[in-house]
Amino acid sequence: MTYRKKLLTGLCALLSGVGGAALATDSAPGERPRHELPPSKDGNLVLGLCDGETSLEVKGVKEGEPLSRAQALEVTSQLMQEWRRKNPDARWDVVAQAPTPPPSPRKPSAGKSNQAEGPTASSGAAGMAGKKDANVQTGHTYGAFSERDEALWAASTQAFVEEGNRVFHDADALGSKVAVSCDMCHPDAANTHPETYPKYQVQFGRVALLRDMINWCIENPVRGKPLADDDPKMKAMEAYIYSKRKGVPLEFGKH
Amino acid sequence: MGKGYKSIETKYYEERAAFFDELGKLDRRAFLRVAGISAGIAAGMGLVTPQSFQLVRVAEAQGSKQRFSFAYISDTHLYKKELNDRFVRSILRAVDDVNALDPQPDFVLFGGDLAQLGQAEELKLGAEILKAVKAPVKMMVGEHDWFLDMGEKWRELFGAPTYSFDHKGVHFVVLNSILEKDFWTERGYTPMERMKVVAGLDNAIQSRFEVGAEQRKWLEQDLAKVDKKTPLIVFSHSPLYKYYRPWNFWTDDADEVQALLRPFNQVTVIHGHTHQVLTHRIGNIDFHGMLSTAWPWPYAPEGLPSLTVQMNRPDPFSNFDGMGTGRVDVLEAGAVDKLYRLWDRAPMNVRASYLASNGKKDAPPRPKLPSY
Repeated sequence: MTYRKKLLTGLCALLSGVGGAALATDSAPGERPRHELPPSKDGNLVLGLCDGETSLEVKGVKEGEPLSRAQALEVTSQLMQEWRRKNPDARWDVVAQAPTPPPSPRKPSAGKSNQAEGPTASSGAAGMAGKKDANVQTGHTYGAFSERDEALWAASTQAFVEEGNRVFHDADALGSKVAVSCDMCHPDAANTHPETYPKYQVQFGRVALLRDMINWCIENPVRGKPLADDDPKMKAMEAYIYSKRKGVPLEFGKH
Repeated sequence: MGKGYKSIETKYYEERAAFFDELGKLDRRAFLRVAGISAGIAAGMGLVTPQSFQLVRVAEAQGSKQRFSFAYISDTHLYKKELNDRFVRSILRAVDDVNALDPQPDFVLFGGDLAQLGQAEELKLGAEILKAVKAPVKMMVGEHDWFLDMGEKWRELFGAPTYSFDHKGVHFVVLNSILEKDFWTERGYTPMERMKVVAGLDNAIQSRFEVGAEQRKWLEQDLAKVDKKTPLIVFSHSPLYKYYRPWNFWTDDADEVQALLRPFNQVTVIHGHTHQVLTHRIGNIDFHGMLSTAWPWPYAPEGLPSLTVQMNRPDPFSNFDGMGTGRVDVLEAGAVDKLYRLWDRAPMNVRASYLASNGKKDAPPRPKLPSY
């Protein structure tokens, strides 16, 4: 999956919580509805919206080819427009809070993907109406977030941490020339004490951040090339290390 | 300056002369007198903790004479030498270390984890290097040596992993404590996948270490022939007690093994695997950890035995800090003084008297920077 496609999938996930949940736990595919995409006659790329019904053929891009950023934005905007047209009275951010809708009926949708069908079951318009009188502040960004949003965010964060976990334990990913990985000295990221940074690192003769120490370890015991501060591997490892010290008080400067 | 006046300096030299004079004809009665003088000299020199001239150490040596000593090298975790030269340099340093001991130890225990991934080249490299040890070498197996081919190559090179021997009135037992229940068949792991899972500390996939029923049976039969007053020293790779389960600082059937050791008056367990200064006592059994030559492990977040005085936090900027070798001095009574010979640091001695007094006497020096 290319980065752009991931981005697109991520956008779709935001459009509907159902899709997001399906992405996060893909273990039992038989138990949930599957969005069958109509094949393109010309072999063009076909993308599905996470409502499980709407799909879009991308003209000029063959299956398996990457989308440019501009194309990806165009596609998401078209899909969103299509969803709005089908659900004229629904707000996507409120729909995302609706209880899990019943599975969409499986029906062949080839050739019908762009037909106007009005509100669908997955648009959650009914659920939204039911919530109208709940005594909760709404009408601004945070008021609209639900438990399901939080579950999604937690899953995303966990995936980030897991990537850090992987790199931390993988000598090749760290670029080690001596087959040494971080966990060999720091099981469960023990003795990395991220809560004590920034602090004066006497061996450097200057104040260091956690990432400076990560890079120091990559260069020396691990014998790899140091990572840029914004390298995705560096970010992920920081996430993993911090995740292991949850609940420990911040004590920057501590030795 | 009148006659009879003595300067502080003169007094000091007179006292010192008297001290050395008395030393030559030391008996039990003279001891206290000389010890008093030496304390006076030390105090006169302005030493806060008088010790250089004091006879405390002499007195102690009289009460617990040394029978013999042996040394150890442990947890070398060798890769192929083309892949990782640092671990090779470390084991070479360890060999030099024990070869430089004067007097030489009666034997050198290798504490397990000779190889990192149990590969034939790694084990053969280790075997070759250990040939340079002057004293006889006793081999113990670790999980890193075992789980690629389930110990086949190791046994070919070093023989059976479970055995016992007697030395100068002490009965020694070497166990293979790193057996694990099958977690690999069901998952369809290749031998190398299995090895790599076991080689990691912080994954929950592998089973916990155990000595196993078959070896416990063997141990029971082996110990049946031994007088209960004979001092017993057991070598195991994993600690024969339950320290921290998530990292396998643990032996699942430790309680059953301890039960077999309980009838003996004096038991010491020397174990590897934990790569740190580690001290424990359960009933009549003293436990000592061994240092690694490859890397130090942090102390586990919980379960640390209360008698353990932690070694200072290792300096990551030193390739050798927190590592080293060690020596075990077996005393006349059968208990041991355990010397951690930490590289580039002052050694730490964990005395038999510290354990016997349950930590009240002879405590090793506290760390300045313990674990976070």
